[in-house]
Amino acid sequence: MSVTGTLYQARPRSSRVLSFLLLGLAVALIAATPFLPNYHVRVINSLLIYILLGIGLNIVIGYAGLLDLGFVAFYAVGAYSYALLASPQLGLHLPFLLILAVAAMLGALTGILLGIPVLRLRGDYLAIVTLGFGEIIRIIVNNLDWLTGGPKGIARLDKASFAGIEMARPIEIFWLLLVTVVVVGTVVWRLERSILGKGWAAIREDQDAARGIGINTTNAKLAAFATSATIGSIAGVIFAASQRFVSPESFTLQESILIVLVIVIGGIGNILGIVVGAAILILLPEVLRQFAEWRILFLGLLMIFLIIVRPGGIVPRSFGPDKLIRGLFGK
Amino acid sequence: MLGYLIQQTVNALTIGAIYALIALGYTMVYGVLRMINFAHGEMFMLGAYAAFFLLAMSIGDIGGAGAIVLTAVFFAGVLLVGLVGVGIERVAYKPLRNSSRLAPMLSSLGVSLTLVTGVQILAGPQPIGFPSFFPTTRYEVLGGSITSMQIDILIAAFVLMFGLSFLVNRSRIGVIVRAVSESRPTAQLLGINVNGAISMVFFAGPLLGAAGGILYASYYGIMSPTMGTVVGLKAFTAAILGGIGSIPGAMLGAFILAFVEVAGTALLPILTNGVLGTEYRDVLAFAILILVLLVRPAGILGETVSEESIVYKREF
Repeated sequence: MSVTGTLYQARPRSSRVLSFLLLGLAVALIAATPFLPNYHVRVINSLLIYILLGIGLNIVIGYAGLLDLGFVAFYAVGAYSYALLASPQLGLHLPFLLILAVAAMLGALTGILLGIPVLRLRGDYLAIVTLGFGEIIRIIVNNLDWLTGGPKGIARLDKASFAGIEMARPIEIFWLLLVTVVVVGTVVWRLERSILGKGWAAIREDQDAARGIGINTTNAKLAAFATSATIGSIAGVIFAASQRFVSPESFTLQESILIVLVIVIGGIGNILGIVVGAAILILLPEVLRQFAEWRILFLGLLMIFLIIVRPGGIVPRSFGPDKLIRGLFGK
Repeated sequence: MLGYLIQQTVNALTIGAIYALIALGYTMVYGVLRMINFAHGEMFMLGAYAAFFLLAMSIGDIGGAGAIVLTAVFFAGVLLVGLVGVGIERVAYKPLRNSSRLAPMLSSLGVSLTLVTGVQILAGPQPIGFPSFFPTTRYEVLGGSITSMQIDILIAAFVLMFGLSFLVNRSRIGVIVRAVSESRPTAQLLGINVNGAISMVFFAGPLLGAAGGILYASYYGIMSPTMGTVVGLKAFTAAILGGIGSIPGAMLGAFILAFVEVAGTALLPILTNGVLGTEYRDVLAFAILILVLLVRPAGILGETVSEESIVYKREF
């Protein structure tokens, strides 16, 4: 701690200026959003959804050092929870917050049930099992027509409402998402700093040594996996509430890989990096509209390049939320 | 009934042989580098596309090529993909050999994404009809029907698998590859050319995978840029089922998986009274994967899996 402390004091100005610059940019962007046309607000909303998904997946990949390639399965669990509990499909119209709680628990439960057979083994297998699980969920959703509407999906979902306020227009969804991202981001950031988060870091760096100092590695990995699944499920609920339509098309393998890309490009293990990664992923096709199919190719090559040349991603790991806060408040 | 059984057995053997060719690549790469090569399914896909375009280039008309041209195209296609595999290893995996275990896997994910999109851009995202590399005479055996193509696929796959077994077990190259697979640092200390052995694996694996791709595309008469994903996943399941790192295990796992799949496809609708149809065939493969990991994570022929130390040397 003292070593990093001296480093900060050595160059306090630049990090301070950068912190205020970033804060100013974020505030300006948030303040401007209500005045933007609906289309732009929708783009910002999908950016926030990817940030939320990135924060969730990053717990497994960035903190615990495991690879999850079926993250959309949890996203789908959340989205279909909302679609089934708040639509004419089953004639149920439960309140938004209740569904959010149910979906969060369902996500955690799915994560734990899937994690138990895998996480006591080598971490490598998690990638392939989650990949298979993602496909299983997609196939089941696609074929269970009586429940999920099959490939046609479920339409006419209820508008989300909270304490009498309806949330259906893009700008209302924006506020909902912003609050969720800030709350989830803060919780996850504190979690990373907690004893559990330090356990994850220990497992990531050296699993045997982690076990040697008394960390129950299986439980810590399960906790990471379940927390990540919960966040994925929460993102799914909000996604369904904003689209008011769900179909299996939104939950493909490619989607899972895109979320991994967000993390790897922005900065593995760093919430600020995820914001940058999500921004690149979402804004790139908006800027390069005519090169739509080249986007994924470019992202794939960028991913290989970054892993080899700059494995920490575009944003250095050292510039995380802690440094931002320290830059802002001088401590 | 007997004829039906024979027919289904031959179906399972055909698919199993193709899975085995791909599973071998996964298991060999895992053996020497302890990494899951997510781009391996794309070698399978590239094999089909390489053969298709080589055929189109060599005779202009992809239908009605003679046996000699087809054989030449088959070998040219698989060799080409083998070289692509070596190139990919050099560029995308070799620089990461001393970094975290996550890094090469993520890199292979990037390679996979790049190859699929690249082929989509160059050849179009839609499936393309694939010319048959083998004659399709139909034989009636005790009331069941078998095609000569299935027999040819089986012969081709078995020749390749025995070729590989011979190479690994009897040749000098095989000794080197096995030594590196056993312990890379020790092999290096003994003066073995570790890079050469790894290149060899990244030549043989994609070559066999590409052969699987050509056989598969011939069998179903179609190819698409995303054909490698699900088949690759199943081949990987087969490799784990048989015991990852074990070459006979990969073959055994592939045939078991194919038999379970064929039997499951035939029996699922009957056993569940039509509730679960044939579309759940892919679910079956992944359910087996999770079951194996629960019951016997080392696989059928694998050595006992110890929780290996994950050494992270760089950031993350």
